[in-house]
Amino acid sequence: MLARTADNLYWLSRYMERADFLARIIEATQRLASVPRASGKDETEWESALIASGAEETFHANYEVADEPNVVRFLAFSEDNPSSIRNCIEYARTNARAVRTALTAEMWDAINSAWLDLQNFNGQGEAMHDREETSRFLEFAKATSLVFDGSAYRTMLRNDAYWFSRVGLYIERADNTARILDVKYHVLLPETESIGGSLDYYQWTALLRSVSALTAYRWIYRESVQPWLVADLLILKQEMPRSLLACYDALVRFLDEIGQAYGQQGPGQRHARTVMRRLEQASIKDIFQSGLHEFLTDFVEDNSRLGDLLTQQYLLN
Amino acid sequence: MPYFDEMTLPDGSIRDVYQRVAQWLSDSPAELLESRRSQAELLFRRIGITFAVYGDKDAAERLIPFDIIPRMISRAEWTKLEAGLIQRVKALNMFLADIYGDREILAAGKIPADLVYSNAYFRPEMSGRRVPHDIYIHIAGIDIVRVDGDKFYVLEDNARTPSGVSYMLENREVMIRLAPDLFADHRVAPVENYPDALLATLRSVAPRSANSEPTIALLTPGQFNSAYYEHSFLADKLGVELVEGRDLLVRDDIVYMRTTEGPRRVDVIYRRIDDDFLDPLAFRPDSVLGVPGLVSAYLAGNITLANAVGTGIADDKAIYTYVPDIIEFYLGEKPLLQNVPTWRCREADSLAYVQEHLNELVVKEVNGSGGYGMLVGPHATSEQILLFRKKLTADPENFIAQPTLPLSTCPASFSHGVAPRHVDLRPFILSGSQEIRVVPGGLTRVALKEGSLVVNSSQGGGTKDTWIVEDNLIEMSPDQRQSQCFGARQSQSQSLGFGAGQSQSQTQG
Repeated sequence: MLARTADNLYWLSRYMERADFLARIIEATQRLASVPRASGKDETEWESALIASGAEETFHANYEVADEPNVVRFLAFSEDNPSSIRNCIEYARTNARAVRTALTAEMWDAINSAWLDLQNFNGQGEAMHDREETSRFLEFAKATSLVFDGSAYRTMLRNDAYWFSRVGLYIERADNTARILDVKYHVLLPETESIGGSLDYYQWTALLRSVSALTAYRWIYRESVQPWLVADLLILKQEMPRSLLACYDALVRFLDEIGQAYGQQGPGQRHARTVMRRLEQASIKDIFQSGLHEFLTDFVEDNSRLGDLLTQQYLLN
Repeated sequence: MPYFDEMTLPDGSIRDVYQRVAQWLSDSPAELLESRRSQAELLFRRIGITFAVYGDKDAAERLIPFDIIPRMISRAEWTKLEAGLIQRVKALNMFLADIYGDREILAAGKIPADLVYSNAYFRPEMSGRRVPHDIYIHIAGIDIVRVDGDKFYVLEDNARTPSGVSYMLENREVMIRLAPDLFADHRVAPVENYPDALLATLRSVAPRSANSEPTIALLTPGQFNSAYYEHSFLADKLGVELVEGRDLLVRDDIVYMRTTEGPRRVDVIYRRIDDDFLDPLAFRPDSVLGVPGLVSAYLAGNITLANAVGTGIADDKAIYTYVPDIIEFYLGEKPLLQNVPTWRCREADSLAYVQEHLNELVVKEVNGSGGYGMLVGPHATSEQILLFRKKLTADPENFIAQPTLPLSTCPASFSHGVAPRHVDLRPFILSGSQEIRVVPGGLTRVALKEGSLVVNSSQGGGTKDTWIVEDNLIEMSPDQRQSQCFGARQSQSQSLGFGAGQSQSQTQG
């Protein structure tokens, strides 16, 4: 297939996945911020949401205060933020339009309808401060991702077009899972609260809920929410569909399909396998001992390196 | 001026071919037509059939208005049109092969040589080069207008990159959904085989060096081009890659596309980019849309471009007036389709006539376009007429004149009711190495503004589905008709079968 087509499909999937992630991170932050606490000071939730989404620099170039209205406007609606939900959907459609021939009618319909609906949310005026409007918008973003993903899964031919779009999705999802887990690192516990205390507990629960994993957690561990088990679920549990291991399992599989179809393996396939092996051999105990934040930071770098390798190998031909 | 209406004759009677449509209109209350109209708009918007209007940010993607009343043409009328179209395109192809070859027509003095050599669309690079299979205009769109019950005229030939065929195809899909009963009541010649015919045409003209499975690509200027939707639509229907200039590269006069598996050779390019932008090395050096080296590969015979480079000379306004002579010269036949009567002011008799009838005629500058340098006699002031009289005397060669044509009208549906509007027709003619194919129908464009004769989409024009219908159905009794409508019965039995099967498997499970 055309290298540009593969590139567009890859990014289209990434943008759609990212829109979903941003919606989830805003929801998670709203929950974290609403936790009652002794003092009103030290509220770092919205700053942490910016860090987790990798947008803190662009944000501070545009805004002074990282409070809810500003951050929500920036992450959800802003045209100045290249990774806002609005822009993700805009870019996704631009990519989709460029490769319409590689999309099924259902995928096009999903993205095009979402783009048309997007015009109904302005997010610039007064409505912006309205949590109900925000919440409708976040639901819309998540539903869009879901419909798009579902239509791709159900209707695409299983050939390289499909594999590249899945690779984009899983690279993005792995990145997002790592980042959302890292939010907790950036949310500082007030000095009056203890680790393992009720605020700590509440924060981890909110995090699980934000990735629709609270029920899964209970099924798997059958005990109250513990930080290392949450990390275990989101990093090492094969059966958890957005865990880092599950993402890499899928990446290795789809990259193998591409390698087989083209009769050649390359640096992308080798790197994905290396990351996969490291995850398989890791234990949550070791990860916590050497530092969860450090582990996640390394992972995000490795993951983005996979993206670069694939760009060199296939998308820039 | 009285206009010929294709549905209703001056005495109020309905022409045979429109009987059912008239009945359908009178059976449909205004609300029903209204709801069909909004349904149509919704369908088009969801499919994403849009065109871009340059320089208008808010309306970057607009819909071309679609009128829900089909334009009816009888099979007998179509058969005549079709023969004329094939004849015309055949002759134009021979003309181009001659102009870039031996130039017999110039030697015979049938066409003034300066009309060719000084023409902006003439490509000297092509002289003495043969294109694969001697076909230049693989895809032609010929604009036809109707003025009365019998007469059709060719208004314009489009021999470069004619567009609009995606609307012909999508209009039909939408129409079948909007008016299934009306559709089933007629036997409408299908248009959906157009992509197959186009693919067969493109494959047939691959360079002889290509293997038996030639690789075809459609070259688009990109998604900001006004016809991008059509480009992606066609690439999809053809099952070929939609490429931009940056997706192609030329190495040792061979054209490749950049794929995820490395460069892959391309044999035929259906290009929707003008000559000027094809190759910055050969034509406009500032073109970022083109492919450096493409023309060199083309001249080396390693790639087929459809349409060929240099076809603009065949659809030029000045050459247009000679097309009847071109047909006679190459085919030895009388033209089956007439040109709009045109006076060439370079000829003394014509000039004298034009000077005397300036207030009735449309006078056009040969090299002008888009209504520039044009005099519309019936609407002109006496100063304008005087100015043109002087211009004509000074430089008669630069002008042609035509009567203001009474374009036919068809019924169109509006929120205030049904009203007649002027239409034209653009059928698409495909020339391959073995045969010329014309899909029955074409794109009907309609001037939606009352009284307007301008059908262009940029100026308030819309489109209609065009139905070529069998004549014999018209006299058929209702019983006979029913037996013809096997479509309805088939779908009934299918859905029955499906339902039964499904419930069975559910019980089992």
